[in-house]
Amino acid sequence: MANRPMLEIVSLEKRFGTNTILKKIDLKVAEGELVFVIGPSGSGKSTMLRCCNRLEEPTSGDIIVDGRNIMAGTRRDLDSMRLQIGMVFQGFHLYPHMTVLRNVTLAQRKALKRTKAEADARAIDMLEQVGMAHKADAYPGELSGGQQQRVAIARSLALDPKVMLFDEPTSALDPELVGSVLKVMKDLKSKGMTMVVVSHEMGFARETADRVVFMDGGVVVEQGTPEEIFGAPKAERTRAFLSRVSG
Amino acid sequence: MDRFLQTFFNPVVMAQYTPDIIAGVWVTLQIAAAVIVAGIAGGLALACLRSYRIRALNFFIICYADIFRALPPLVVILILYFGFPSIGIQLSGPMVLFIVLAATLAAFAEEIFWAGFSSVEKGQWEAGIATGLGFTRTLAYVALPQAVRLAIPPLVNRVLAITKMTALGSAIGVSEILSSATTAQSFSGSATPLTMSVVAYLVIFLPMVVVARWLESRTAWKKR
Repeated sequence: MANRPMLEIVSLEKRFGTNTILKKIDLKVAEGELVFVIGPSGSGKSTMLRCCNRLEEPTSGDIIVDGRNIMAGTRRDLDSMRLQIGMVFQGFHLYPHMTVLRNVTLAQRKALKRTKAEADARAIDMLEQVGMAHKADAYPGELSGGQQQRVAIARSLALDPKVMLFDEPTSALDPELVGSVLKVMKDLKSKGMTMVVVSHEMGFARETADRVVFMDGGVVVEQGTPEEIFGAPKAERTRAFLSRVSG
Repeated sequence: MDRFLQTFFNPVVMAQYTPDIIAGVWVTLQIAAAVIVAGIAGGLALACLRSYRIRALNFFIICYADIFRALPPLVVILILYFGFPSIGIQLSGPMVLFIVLAATLAAFAEEIFWAGFSSVEKGQWEAGIATGLGFTRTLAYVALPQAVRLAIPPLVNRVLAITKMTALGSAIGVSEILSSATTAQSFSGSATPLTMSVVAYLVIFLPMVVVARWLESRTAWKKR
């Protein structure tokens, strides 16, 4: 069972007008796997991620999470399936009018219908996991970017998602704060979370990713282990991209 | 100087008409309170509906808001009070005043709340939706509190501007402050009741202005 796909993207297509952003993307992510997606800006990697919970509506294709197709079913089904897909944004998007604790309990209570006691306990657990329990009563505006992003991760984790999507989670952070967020992600990986990460942190990819996917122009150009992609990229486009980002 | 005091601050007239003015204050307060509650609730409801972006519905909401923001309330008041009885709709003066002012406030409040909703970051919506809250709960718990907070300073100013218009009731015989004062003025032949109305308006609205000023000074997110 360890290798059954937790997330399956099947011939996913996304067009904006005549502009095709994603061209028949296929990607399988196994349970517990960390797939790291790289590619130049405009390659469609963020769009692909955002299609996975239908924040961006795919033009065609299927997204299957743990055997359930999120492209099928009613609006309500979609909301319940979104609970199983955690998403971490580049800009954190914590709710500024709520304390850290309430940020982490809101969806637990209103969407999962947990009691206040259950939700609070779960929130504190998750905040401890990301090293933010001491700030439970603070407001997001009082936290650094790295701290906010860790709270945002806890907010997603508290809903017990089956897969976590990270959309450039460290791109908005000052360099000295990046490490704390990557450490949390590494912990998460070691606990067996299925993760798809769009990011430019190549060092993290090398160290933590099971598989690296290189996208360009709306297609998956090449994928393989970090050693394969970073050490001996086969496609010319991959080589060109990697020499640009490392150069 | 004596003549000035005699005209505007005649103690005998003051004593005689104070009960009338106080009765007028009471009427003004009641209508103002009803207008504030109904106008804000109506405006908020319209802005929330508008955020669902249902095209046909939004067309009507926008038309409503634009028309009621464009029309002078007095015109609508006169039409409802003097015109509607001819088509069989008889409304009392206070009722007409309430309906028109509440509708006007709702139109302005809708635009103010909508501006608030529009300035809530897209990412806030996405965070709510991505955590399975769905549109309606994201609206209620995430967007609304932020929109309301942004809306408060302009809203308070608008509430002030519109509740003051209860004075328009004097045109259709609603015995609010100004109406009581002008009646007293014609009976007494003294301008003193008008002075009393000035005092009455200041007593009611000056605290509101102070509250507005205070609210404007604290629009930032709470920091502890």
